Amino acid sequence: MKNPLESLHMTVGMGVVLTVILIIVAQAIGG
Amino acid sequence: MENEFLLHLVRWFHVLSGVMWIGLLWYLNFVQVPTMPKIPDEMKPAIGKHIAPAVLFWFRWSAASTVLWGLLLALMQGTFSDWLAIGLADGSSVSAFIGIGMWLGLIMAFNVWFVIWPSQKIALGIVDAPADQKPPAARRALLFSRTNTMLSIPMLYGMLAAQNPPF
Repeated sequence: MKNPLESLHMTVGMGVVLTVILIIVAQAIGG
Repeated sequence: MENEFLLHLVRWFHVLSGVMWIGLLWYLNFVQVPTMPKIPDEMKPAIGKHIAPAVLFWFRWSAASTVLWGLLLALMQGTFSDWLAIGLADGSSVSAFIGIGMWLGLIMAFNVWFVIWPSQKIALGIVDAPADQKPPAARRALLFSRTNTMLSIPMLYGMLAAQNPPF
């Protein structure tokens, strides 16, 4: 299977997904 | 007041270094790497022998500079331990945003100095290595550079959200 990081679009997409996760986690920590 | 001015300067150096670091990271990933296959073979050495080594010089030193100014900023503000604990110690979303951003930045700087640069030295022929080591080194450098591009998106979000929270 091709590594998703070989695709620039997938790389940016995964970065955006991680950003959404960051927002959820940071908001949860901050209560 | 004096301390405020010093903080202001240190933050400025941190941002200047960071713009150079992430700017060069994005140049490599959005411009240089995708354009390489379109460059005629006889012109490729211009990139491999001249442009890429210069990019990598400013890239790795701006990464180190960004981390050093950022850590100094955290220490001067007295927030280092709260950021290191990603807000779990003080229960603050601001510490969580900037703390997670800081950890992502540290991972990225580690990748630059301990994976990407050593691999690029082999791939670009800056150090002597057997020819069969060059393709895997180039692939390792690409994948870790892409990892950093991916991480740069939440990292920058965390840094900005700490100044200007979303909610």
